[in-house]
Order: sequence, then structure tokens, then C-alpha cells
Amino acid sequence: MDTVLFVNQLLNGIQLGLILFLLAAGLSLVFGIMDFINLAHGVFYMLGAYICATVAIASGSFILGFVVALPAVLVLGLATEWLIVRHFYKRDHLDQVLVTFGLVLCADTAVKYLWGPQGLSVPLPAWLGGQVALGGITLPAYRLFIVAVAAVVALALWQVIARTRVGMMVRASASNEEMARALGIETRMIFALVFAIGAVLAGIGGIMVAPITGASIGMGNQIVILALVVIIIGGIGSIFGAFVAAIGVGLIDTLGRAYLPSILGAVFSPSVASSAGPALASILIYLTMTLVLVFRPSGLFPPANR
Amino acid sequence: MTRSIPAEDGAKLTSAPARPRPATDCDLVAAFVILAALAVAPFALAAIGHDFWTDVILRAMILGIAAVSLNFIIGLGGLVSLGHAVFLGIGGYSVGILADLGIDNGPAQLGAALLFSAAFAWLTGMIALRTRGVHFIMITLAFAQMVYFTMMGLRQFGGDDGLTINYSTTFGPLDLGDKDVLYYVVLAVLGAAMLGFARVRRSDFGLLLKAAKGNERRVSAVGFNAYRYRLAAYVAAGTLCGLAGFLDANFTGFVTPSAMSWISSGELIFIVIVGGIASVSGPIAGALVFLLIEEWMGGLTVYWHFWFGLFLIAIILFARNGLVGLLNQRRPR
Amino acid sequence: MTPALQVNRLNKYFGGLHATRDVSMTLPRGELHAVIGPNGAGKTTLISQLFGELRPSSGQVLIEGRDVTHRPTHERAGLGMARSFQITTLVRDLTVAENVILALLARQGHAGRFWRRVDRNAGLQADAAGALARIGMPATQLGRRVSDLSHGEQRMLELAIAMVGDPTLILLDEPMAGLGSEESRAMTRFLAQLKGKTTVLLVEHDMEAVFELADRLTVLVRGEVVAVGTPAQIRDDERVRDAYLGEDA
Repeated sequence: MDTVLFVNQLLNGIQLGLILFLLAAGLSLVFGIMDFINLAHGVFYMLGAYICATVAIASGSFILGFVVALPAVLVLGLATEWLIVRHFYKRDHLDQVLVTFGLVLCADTAVKYLWGPQGLSVPLPAWLGGQVALGGITLPAYRLFIVAVAAVVALALWQVIARTRVGMMVRASASNEEMARALGIETRMIFALVFAIGAVLAGIGGIMVAPITGASIGMGNQIVILALVVIIIGGIGSIFGAFVAAIGVGLIDTLGRAYLPSILGAVFSPSVASSAGPALASILIYLTMTLVLVFRPSGLFPPANR
Repeated sequence: MTRSIPAEDGAKLTSAPARPRPATDCDLVAAFVILAALAVAPFALAAIGHDFWTDVILRAMILGIAAVSLNFIIGLGGLVSLGHAVFLGIGGYSVGILADLGIDNGPAQLGAALLFSAAFAWLTGMIALRTRGVHFIMITLAFAQMVYFTMMGLRQFGGDDGLTINYSTTFGPLDLGDKDVLYYVVLAVLGAAMLGFARVRRSDFGLLLKAAKGNERRVSAVGFNAYRYRLAAYVAAGTLCGLAGFLDANFTGFVTPSAMSWISSGELIFIVIVGGIASVSGPIAGALVFLLIEEWMGGLTVYWHFWFGLFLIAIILFARNGLVGLLNQRRPR
Repeated sequence: MTPALQVNRLNKYFGGLHATRDVSMTLPRGELHAVIGPNGAGKTTLISQLFGELRPSSGQVLIEGRDVTHRPTHERAGLGMARSFQITTLVRDLTVAENVILALLARQGHAGRFWRRVDRNAGLQADAAGALARIGMPATQLGRRVSDLSHGEQRMLELAIAMVGDPTLILLDEPMAGLGSEESRAMTRFLAQLKGKTTVLLVEHDMEAVFELADRLTVLVRGEVVAVGTPAQIRDDERVRDAYLGEDA
């Protein structure tokens, strides 16, 4: 097996996993704390990519795009929560699925109206566009940059939730809303904050993926389903579970796409193998989730407090 | 998600008279009016030269059949499936793959569509119905995605481009490729499905499903195994939706994996909710509204999805019981 | 004669909590047996295990000599066991009639008819009215939605449903909780006339009613049986007074 190719694919898998984690973390918190199923979570992923792309194209600076997009997504997240989402925390899952489905339709169309149907590609600064040699293997610098940023964000999120006062309040609200309210925690504020932070995390994911895939309409719709799969596998409400499951799903997907065609090629004709390989990789992910649900219904790492 | 409603501890010990239920009557009247209108629609539209709308209505009726089937599990059973559109695909591909292999025999194609749908519903239902709430939503989605990606990967049956069906299904002299024939076959199936739904809703079986939806613990306490009845409903719903897929394949002459995507399943849920959950006339009302909005707004602006999304949000926020619910004061059941 | 209910060394652990400790009890047919104990003694946990809603960690449950330890709830119900719940578990969205008919169908074994209309079936409607009449609820209540009933009415309906089909063994979890004094007296009268006909396991905090009704009592403290005996024996039992009655008095 080609080691260089393998290491590159491994890096791609980890990178996809970390992006998935950024989406899944917010989704999992929103779900675990507010019992809210958010199909529109991918909207913030898309908006992050579009806003960053617009600024980056206009100013020529990807970093400026990044810096502008974050607060923009934060504000959009708060607005969505305040206008629509907060009315649905106590409604059943069916209503939540439908209202966020409606939000997806609105957001995708609004993006089409504002930016056109074409999608945008994002220029990278020269220092991120090159290759880096590590122990004889050259890796794309930007992929390493994604891994580094996402790892830092993941670590920071974990520290905030585990160590800080805000994190304590979030955990308290998650395990027992009434108790939290009795302790004087303003759950409405916490909910808004959690939703907005989730939006920002998804936005970071979208921003970072934009230079690779570009910003396109509906880019969040497939990945949000994958992120949902991740939180089911990891255990709803568990950040650690989301992390492990995200990396796992990222690796299955990437390595499956890379290697299944050649494995299948040994048995089937090349044209069959090339189309069946990626399909099989996707099927593997859903199969994993089904098996987890059958044998460990509350996920691999359910939060301790439930 | 459970909603705790405080017990009403008031001194309401005086007996109130039994509450009449006009809800259902309005619902049934609406169902008959819609079916009658659908029966004459092709003549009326041909007379005024708007034949194009006949196709739109035909498609709405096929979606209506799929929505009636989903209503069995969402409306009566309270089980939200985000993978129901997979049965449209299974029914469709049964026609497509057999036609591709040169088998245009009607009973064989129909039998395959029903059999594969029922078998798939039975196998996946056995697993999915052991889960609840969001896990059920996700596991039904997962099963649908598995079939979706399988068909994407099977290049010999068109892969992601879909499969064109060159021969329509024939039952002796009855050719489903004839739009007029197809129209009335679909109408008959829709009418039968709606009648069946109305009847089951009132039956022992329907009562059991509704009770299990409201309080599963109570159902097992009196001695019923809710799982078995839910599985029966799930298989019936999957088979009926497979039949809709069979009809759809004959209508469009084309099947594609995207018919099974979660977006399609989301649209089916939308149709059921907009029409009015657990009602007889709701699914066809919702399907007609869905397609009329699509055609009408699609003609006005390329950005019609935006208004469509807003409409959906407004329905969920303000008209929880759907269009049929607006007819009645109380929610039909 | 085979006892209606026999429990052999039942244990239940919730993680580190030992909620049921080696509980054994034998209820001869027709006995009205009360289980009393302070809050947190594990009374509801015990009932849930008897009814198959909780799986015991170890031990045996026998109905009429038949081992049902590993049988699901709906099968136990099929063997003539019924239960009322501490928190009412009626189907709130359905009418009183529909809730009663659900139990009637189960008892008649008329489960899976897709086609027969329940609401037009005069026999079922009459049987439902009969079930209400047994606990003194008027038939005019049949059309009401359960969520519109008062708390007391819901408790009575709960009992009416548990009584459908004349169960041989009935587990009642605090049937009088939250009832007014008039309603409590009606409930006591109803339970008194069951004595000798149906085997009853009654968990109840209303001591006056318990001592008036019970043939025998089991006292449960921290998951453990501390005493079994007739009301007179229990009243005089030192340990019971120390462990339980003393706290309340």
C-alpha cells in the first residue's frame, strides 16, 4: 500500500471528522439541553462559508473573512433562536423537524437570491496553499491548518464546559432544567447562548471547508444528517461521544471512498467498483448507527447524568 | 418527548354531557367532496383547455396515497418516520428493474412492488420499532439512506442518473401507460386507501394504535403487546407506499434514487401535517396544496421555495392541526 | 392450595442502591394484602417488578404457581393480573369509553380487528357502561375526554379499568392518593366488597383505610420486609413502631 497516499487519506479522514465534530457538538448540546432536533443546523455551516467567501473575495484576505464571519453567524444564530426556535423547545419532535425543514428551505433560497445559484470559491493565502513536509511525507498545509484549528476549538469547548462557571450552568440546565431554574440560572439565556454557540461552531466548520469545496447552496443539508448520525452514535448530549463518533465516521467515510473501489475492483468490474465503493462507504456509516442503536440505544458514550 | 400537563384538580365532579364530535364528520365530508372533484377534474380541465393541470393533480394523488400510508404510522401510531419515501423508491425500482429485464407483466411488477415493500417494512420495522422518539426518526432515516446509497451505487440500474422505464405496466388490455387509465386507477387506489384509513381509525386496531401513542404503559398494562400492532401498521403503511411508488413509476416513466432522499421523506411528513394529522382528507388536501403551491409559485418566481418554507413555518406555528383542523374546532381523531 | 401470588427472595439493584432486599411474600387467593412502609421503602419498585415493568436482579415471581419472572407485562395481564398506577396512566387524548374499551378488548381477546368499528359496537359500549357502574361512575361520563376529568374521577376510572374482566390478582398503587375524604370513603367501600373474591395487593398511605381493609400486612423498610402479620399483630409490633409508625406519629 502506498504510505504517502494512506497518510494523506488518514489526514483527510481526520479533517472530515473534525469538521463533523464542529457541527455535531452544537447539535448535540442543543439536543441534549433543549431536547430540540435541529435539521437547520447545516444552515449556519453554509452561511459561515458564504460570508467568509464574500469578505475573502472582496478583501483578498481569507483570515479577514474568517474574523468577520464568526460574529455574523453568532448574530444570525441568536436571531433564529429568538424569532423561531425558542417557541419550539416544548413542542414535540415532529414540529421541530418540520419547522427546521422550513428554515432550511428559506435559508437555501435566500442564499440563492443573495449570492446566485453558482456558489463561490474561496482564495487561500499563499502560506496556507502550499505543502508541508513531515518526516518525508508531504501534506497539504491547509488540511493541517484545519486539523489544528478544529482541535483547538474542540479542546477549548471541552474546557469551557468542564471547567467554567458558564459550563457548569450549561451542564446543570442539561441535567435538570427545573433544578437549574431553582438555583437561579436563567435558562432562557443559557438556551439562547447554547444555540448561538452551536451556530458559531457550525459556522467555523463551513468557513474552514469553504476553500476546499467552495461555498454552495445546500452544502449543509447532507452534512447535517451525518452530524445527526454522529450524535446518535456518540450518545446525545455527550461532547466526548460526539468527538469519538465524528472522527470514526470521518475515517470510515474517507477511507471507504478511497479504498473500497480498489477492494471491490478485485471482484467486480472497475466501473461497478468505482460507483459502488463510495455508496458502500456511506452505507457502512448508517449500518454502524443502526448497530449502535440496536445494541446500545443511548449511544456509545451517553452522558453520565441521564 | 413527554409533556407533563398538570392534573386538573378542580371540583368538576358534576358529570358533563358526552361531547359530540362534529370533527370527523367535516373530515369525511371533505374527503368525499375532494374525491368527487378529482373524478370530474380531467373533464373540466380538458373543457377549459388546461390539460397540464391534470398531470399535476395525478401526481398529487400519487403523493396523496403515499401520505395516507404515512398517516397510519404518524397520525395513528405517533411514530415519526423520516425514511418513508424509501417505499416510493422500492415500488418504483420494482417496476423499473423488471422492465429493464424485459418483464412488463403487470401482476409480476405489482407483486414485486408490494412484496419487496412489505418485506423491507417488516425487516426494518422489527428493528426500528424497538426504538422511540428521535431514535426512531434517525433509524428510519438510516434504513432509507442505505437503500438510497445502494441505488446510487448500482450503475447497471442507472446509479445516480436514475432509470428510464421504456415499457409501461400492462394488465391484459389495461395499460397503465395510458394517462386516462392511470388517472382513474390512481383515483380508485386513493379512494380505497382513504376509506381504509377512515375505517381502521375507528376500529379495534386503530384504537390500540392511538392508545399506544398516548400511553404505551397503559396498553401493556391491560394486556396488549403494542409492538406487534405497530409492526402490523408499519408493514401495511410500507406496502401501501410501495404501491404509490409503483404508480409513480408508471406515471413518470422514470425512477431515481433522489425519490428516496430524506428531503422526499420530509416532504411527505409536510403533506401529512399541512393537510391535518390523523385525518382522512388531510393527506390528499396536503398533497394538492403542496403541488399547487409548487406549480403556481414556481411559475411566479424561481425563489418560491423561500415562501414555501415560510408557509410551512407559519402552519406549524399557527395552525397545528392543518387545513382540515381549520375546518373543525377540535382536532379530528 | 396454590397461592395467588408468591414472591421468592426478590432483589433489585439500581447501581449501588439496593431497592428491594430479599423480599418474599405469599398471598393466598382472596386475600387483601397491604404493603406499607415509609416513603422510599421501595413499594412502587416492588409492584413494578411484580407486574413485569421492572426486571428484578434476582428472585422469582409466581402467579398461581406459574413462574412469570421473565414474562413481559402484557402476558402477565393475560394471566389475570391487573394494576393501577400511582400516577394515572390513562390515555389522556382518548375518551373514557375508549380507555375502558381498550381494556375490554384485551380481556375478550378481540385484538386485531382492522375493520370492526369500535364506536358503533353496542355490545362494547354497554360493557363499558357496566364497568363504570361497578365503581359508581355514571354512564354519562363515557363520552368525556380523560384530560377533562378531575383527579378523583381519573383515579376511579383507573380502578374501573383495572377491574375490567375480573382479574384474579390486582395490584393497587396508592389508589387513594389525592382523593377527597368522600371519594376515599367510596374507594374504601369498593375495596371492602372485593375481599374474598379477588386477591388484592394494596400499597396505601392512608393508615385508617389500610388497617380497616387488610387481612394481612407486610411492612417494608428500605426495601426489606421487617414484619408480616394481621393488622392487630402489626399494630403491636415493636420493630414496626420503631422503624415506621413511630416516625409518622
